[in-house]
This record gives sequence, structure tokens and C-alpha cells, in this order.
Amino acid sequence: MDSIFTLLASGILEAMQPLNFMMIIIGCTIGLLVGAMPGLGSVNGVAILLPITFLVPPTAAIIFLAAIYYGAMYGGAISSITLGIPGASTAVATVFDGRPLAQSGKADRALIAAAIASFIGGTISVVLFTLFAPPLAAFALKFGPPEEFALMVLAFATFIGLGGDDIPKTIFSILIGLVLATIGLDIISGQPRLIFGDITGFLHGINFLVLAIGIYGIGEMLWTLETTRGEVTVHKVKMSVRSFLASLREIKSYIGTTSLGSVIGYFVGTLPAAGATPASLMSYGLAKTFSSKPETFGKGNVAGVAAPEAGNNAASTGSMLPMITLGIPGSPTTAILLGGMIIWGLRPGPLLFTEHPEFVWGLIGSLYIANFATVLINLAFIPVFVKILTLPFTILAPTIYILCVVGGYAPTQTMHDVWLMFLFGIIGYLLRKLNYPVAPAVLAIVLGPLAERSLRQSLLASQGEMTIFIERPISLVCILLAIALISYPTIQKLIKRRRAQATSGEK
Amino acid sequence: MKSRMKNLVKTVLSSAVAVAAAFGLAGPAAAEWSPKKPVELIIMAGTGGGADQIARLLQGLIEKKNLSPRPFIPINKPGGSGAEALRYMEDKAGDDHTVLVTLNSFYTTPIIQDIGVDVSTFTPIGRMALDNFLLWVNTDRGDITDFDSYVAAVKSAGREWKVGGTGSGQEDSILTAMMESYFGYEVTYIPFPGGGTVAKNLVGNHIDSTVNNPAEQNEFYRAGNTKPLVQFTANRLPAYPDIPTAKELGHPIEYYMQRSINGPPGMSAEAQAWYIGLFETLFNSEEWQTFCVEDGLACESFLKGDELGQYHMTEIEKHKKLIQEVGADAITG
Repeated sequence: MDSIFTLLASGILEAMQPLNFMMIIIGCTIGLLVGAMPGLGSVNGVAILLPITFLVPPTAAIIFLAAIYYGAMYGGAISSITLGIPGASTAVATVFDGRPLAQSGKADRALIAAAIASFIGGTISVVLFTLFAPPLAAFALKFGPPEEFALMVLAFATFIGLGGDDIPKTIFSILIGLVLATIGLDIISGQPRLIFGDITGFLHGINFLVLAIGIYGIGEMLWTLETTRGEVTVHKVKMSVRSFLASLREIKSYIGTTSLGSVIGYFVGTLPAAGATPASLMSYGLAKTFSSKPETFGKGNVAGVAAPEAGNNAASTGSMLPMITLGIPGSPTTAILLGGMIIWGLRPGPLLFTEHPEFVWGLIGSLYIANFATVLINLAFIPVFVKILTLPFTILAPTIYILCVVGGYAPTQTMHDVWLMFLFGIIGYLLRKLNYPVAPAVLAIVLGPLAERSLRQSLLASQGEMTIFIERPISLVCILLAIALISYPTIQKLIKRRRAQATSGEK
Repeated sequence: MKSRMKNLVKTVLSSAVAVAAAFGLAGPAAAEWSPKKPVELIIMAGTGGGADQIARLLQGLIEKKNLSPRPFIPINKPGGSGAEALRYMEDKAGDDHTVLVTLNSFYTTPIIQDIGVDVSTFTPIGRMALDNFLLWVNTDRGDITDFDSYVAAVKSAGREWKVGGTGSGQEDSILTAMMESYFGYEVTYIPFPGGGTVAKNLVGNHIDSTVNNPAEQNEFYRAGNTKPLVQFTANRLPAYPDIPTAKELGHPIEYYMQRSINGPPGMSAEAQAWYIGLFETLFNSEEWQTFCVEDGLACESFLKGDELGQYHMTEIEKHKKLIQEVGADAITG
């Protein structure tokens, strides 16, 4: 244990070297801005920045890449809150409460909560990383296809609770997302599915961003146009030292759920298949389920912004673990990190911890520093981001349209996806008018392929026996938790009704 | 800002194309082509696998040695055993800024699946290496010490035996089918999104065995998590001097995988020449050769251009025959 702390201390000292420290500051700032741009892929951004890393020593380079990765996780919340468009699947849950807060003129509170929660998530997870990396790496190995599927069921269960009161409509929305997720090449046999004759654009499936930007960007715009009837609205946001301090005082209202979300987020992040999206969802679902006022979630509850941000930041630290110990990168950005490691002759694997401790702990040390740096940079930029919202709608709307088109085009660079995005925008608007929750559909398209793959792998392994999911202890626990989560709101309602009856009976 | 830059790049690009067209016929003086925008390095497999590691190493070396005026961006398109990547390349016909890092599914996927792609029309650039295959099990399997005890264990387990791989139609599934038909047993083949995930599932005991490339298992082997039983090569690899080849044991099963770089159909000759030069430089670099030795790849000669095209043709024929012998059903399960 002693040696870990010595190594970590030297890692932190290493990260405080002038050059390394400068790389952290630059990396965090770039990451923050890249993360804040919906769909303007961090992959391209980071790949173009890779040459810079050859000008500095390997440690500084890897610290730089890690800082970008870290900054981008913070930045994801910014477009979710200010523009209502999630730039990455990890930031979808942040829209649920972030957008209503921004619309009611409390964008500053939402942004501050997101920054603070990210900091809490980052801190808790990096401490957990320091203390429990090796045992957790061993535990992650216990997760085979059945466990992964059970975890996905658990993630789906958390958002049945998210959809609000109308559970059938939520399930309908999930199913739409799942059907969209099956479009493309079959993951087992490789045969094309649902490609509408032979439209090649559908072969690569439907990119999450196309759906998310369509529904949240275009759909939301249409909705706003209708509700305001062309009236020019300006969201007044006043930032002052007093409101900043008031926001800081709010921390105690969400510190509990945020810490819980961070622990879960870190844990889910360490599983190679899962990643930050289910983590942010589960964190949000739990915050809502255990809140004293669950009905305020989705309408602008600060805790609803804090929980998913803590969850996804904790998960992004967690996902460093499978990358280091198993060589499985959890995101395009970590994949570039992995590429950097291979060039410097560092092979990820179970021995990296023991053979190159200075590298691993230097990286972890830099996460501590990056976490502090990013929260400060982020808080400093918040007044600038909030300014975006004070723009008149007549300027903001066309800007968002342009960002949507660019964001829809960027990932695959085909017009097919842009048209599809517009189509989803119109469908999203109609669903919204009919009072269907759209978030479950967006999340189902992210989790659907993961769930399908693990389900089919499990059934292949068990020769088609469904019992494989309840025979294995870890997957059984996940499934039972999922059942509990689905039934919890119903039971709660029954208890309330019975209490109400009891009190009326007394009278 | 970004969109404006893109437009600018486009304008520059189209004028460059116009200039190139005007001078292209004038003679070789205009042949000095180089990328005008970031080059997409398409990987027909998932992250963490052999092809992915190679692509990311090459990308890094290109940057480090400053060999290209524009960056190379690795993009994984693992869907449908490489079908997604092949269709993508087909749709990019005539594009000079997309190259593909191949596996043998480059040959097998179009044979097994009807995806409307003829890989012989692709533009061959260079073969970087021949990759090898070994048979791996978890070190927990004390009952399996050599190839014979492995075959016995599989035969008694039958369909309960789970072999992990990177997708139906990928080379590991072909090798698995070859072993099934040779020894007369049947196993359950489970596809995963990449060699790294297969390795993880073997270490976690979620599958019973796999035929992985050395690069995908080396670190777990060194850590004592997995052990190789047999190599499917002509001679023992220098990295595994104590592991017998199947041939030595009297089972003539031999299989290799090419790792080559190819452009989409109809890539311009100037661009092809430039890429050949680039990858030949990389092939001869000290870093690449070291990587080959450490990871058990064979990197003796660089096949380029038409030589590689010829090689592709013979391999396609070989795989057609192989698939006919074992039956496409055995591979797709």
C-alpha cells in the first residue's frame, strides 16, 4: 500500500512539472471546447493534435491526451444545457433537467452544478482507482456476455422510471429506439437488415448523433417555434458573485446522490463493454428514484443535472482501467491514447501496472491535477457560455440549425445522415406534441446494439437456454435489481394510496 | 469555423484536382501527389485487435516521422465481419483519401456474404506482414497440456465447447472450421467485436478456447493468464520456441493472414504511387521491424502494387476452395 502512495505522490509531482502542467492546462481547455461542440468529433480533433505529442516527452504527451479526454467529459454538459443538444451519448441524461433549467433562466445554476458534480465524480473515481484498481480489474473479468446483458437490462429498467408517469408510452419509445438500433448489418451473421431495399446509407446503421441531434436540435427548435409563435424570447441570466455563491451552497442538496452516482459510475466504467452512457443513466435513475421530490425531475431539478454528470465523469476514469489492463479502449479518444502507448513501446495488458508503474501512476497523478484544473477552467468559462443564451432567438435558432447540420454530417460525412436527421427532427416534434418521451428512444439506440450482442452471445453459449441469466450470480443480482427498479414506483404509489385511504378512513 | 475550413479545403482540393487533371497527361513531373485532407485509415475490425493495433502504430509512425502532410485517422468499421468496411470502401470508389487495413476477411466475407463487393477491383498498395495463428486456452485448464489433450477435451464436450472469435467468416472462424472438419468434431463459435475482447473473455473463462494472433494474447501469456498449445505455421516462431507446430504433430493444418493496405476501387495512379512509397518507408522502418519480431509477425518482404494484386487473386481462389471444402455453413455456424 505504501508503495502505491509513494508512486502516486511521485506521479502527482511529475504532473506538476512546468511542461506537464502546461500540457494539462492546454489539454483541458481544448477538451472542454471540443466536448462542448455537438458532433464536431473529438476523434478528428485529437487525431489532428497527435503530432503535438511527438514534440514533447512521452509522459507529457500522454498527460496531454488524458487532459483532452478529461476536458471533453466536462464539456459534454455545456451543449446539453445551453443548446439542448447532447454532443455525446454520455450527455443525453444531462439534457433532461439541464434544458428546462436553462429555459427558466437558471442556466448558470445548471452549469455550475454540472461542473461541481463532474469534479465530485472525477475525484471519487480517481481515489477509487488509486485504491482498488487491481481487484476491480480482476472483477471486470468476471463479466462475460450474460452479465453484460443483465447490466443492460438494469440500464433499461432505470429509464422506465425516467419516462415520467406514462409507462406504456415509455416502453413504446424504447421499442422504437430498439428497432432503429437493429438497422444495418447483423452483428452475428453479417447479413443486412432493414435497409429498405438497398439504401447503402443504412448499412452502417443509424448513428446515435443523427437521432439525438435530430430529435433534440431540430425537434426542439420546431417545438419552440410553435409555442412562442415567432415571438422573440430572450432568456435573462444574471451572473453575479452572489448567485455564484448561492449555487455553491446548493451542493449539499445533491452531494449524497452525486457521490452514490460516482461510485456506481466508476464501477460501470471499469466494465469494458458498458462505458459512460449507462453509467450516467443509472446515476440519474437512482437520483430520481431516491429523491424526496421525484416529480420535479425532468422539469428542472439541479440534482438531475448533477447526477448524470458525476456518473459519466466517474465512468470515464473507470474506463481507463480496461484500457490499461486489457487493452480495450472504451471510446475513440481512449483508442488514440492506446495508439500513443503502442508507439512508445508500452503494451497495455495485465503486466503494465507492475512493469511500468511510473507510467501508470503518472497517468493517474495527472488525472488528479486535470480534475482540479478542468473544474477551475470550466467555472471561469461559465459566464461566456451563459452569454450564448442571452442571444435573441432569431440569431440563436439559425446558429443551432447550422450546428445541427454540421454535427449530423461530420461523423460519417454523407448527406444521407443529414436527411435522416431532419426526418428524426420532424418525428421528434410530433412525438413531443403527442406527449411521448423521446429520451428512451435515444438511449435505446445506444444500448440496443450492446444488449443485442450480449444476448445473442449468451444464448449461443447456453445453446438457447434463457436460464443462463439466472444461473450466474452476478447476472441474477442485476436482473433482480432491475425488477425491483421497475416495480418500485408502482409499489410506492400503492403505499401512498393505502396511506391516503387509511387517513380518510380515520375521519 | 470548422465548416468554413472544410469549404476552404474543398475549394483547394477541387482546384488541385483541376490542376492535376490539366497536368496529369503532361508527364511524370506532375506525379508528385500528396494528401490534401486527412486520410481515413479504415480498420475492418474492432478496437484492441491485431489490425487495430497495427493501424494505430502506423498512424503514430506517420505522424512521428512526419511522412504525410495530412494526418491519418483510424476508423473502426467492424460490422458484419468486415462487410461494413468493404461496402464503405466500395462506396468510396475513386477516392484518394481512404485506405483500408485488411485481414483475411477481405477475401472471405465477400465469398460467404452477398454484399456486392469485388475486392479484386480494389487498389492494392502494400502487404505489411503475414500474421500467424496459435491455439490458446486459459491456464486454469490443467487438464489440457497439449494439442492431443485439447482435441480429446473438445470431443467429449461437443457443442458445449465454446470457441471465441472475431466474427463468422473471419480467419479465426475459418481455422476453427478447418479443425472441425479435420478432427470431425463440432463446437459452438461465439463472435466478439474484436481480438481484445476475445482475449478478455478467454481470461475470464467465458469461452473455452480461441485461435488468436500472437499480438492479441502476448501480454496475457506473459502474465500467466493464458497458454498456447500449438502453432499453425510452417516453422516454430522465434517468439514461441517451445510450442510445437500442428505439422510437427502430424496434423497438416497451416494458415496465415495477410496484413495489407489497399485503396478503394479506382484510386488514381499518382495517389497509389504515393501510398506505396509511404508504406514501403514504414515497412523498412526500425520501429515496424521491431514490432514484427515482438508480436510474432512475418515481415520479410514488402509486396506492393500489382504484386500484391496477384497475391490477392491467388488467395481469393484458395479461400473459395477452402470454404467449399469445409462448407460455408460450418463457418457461419
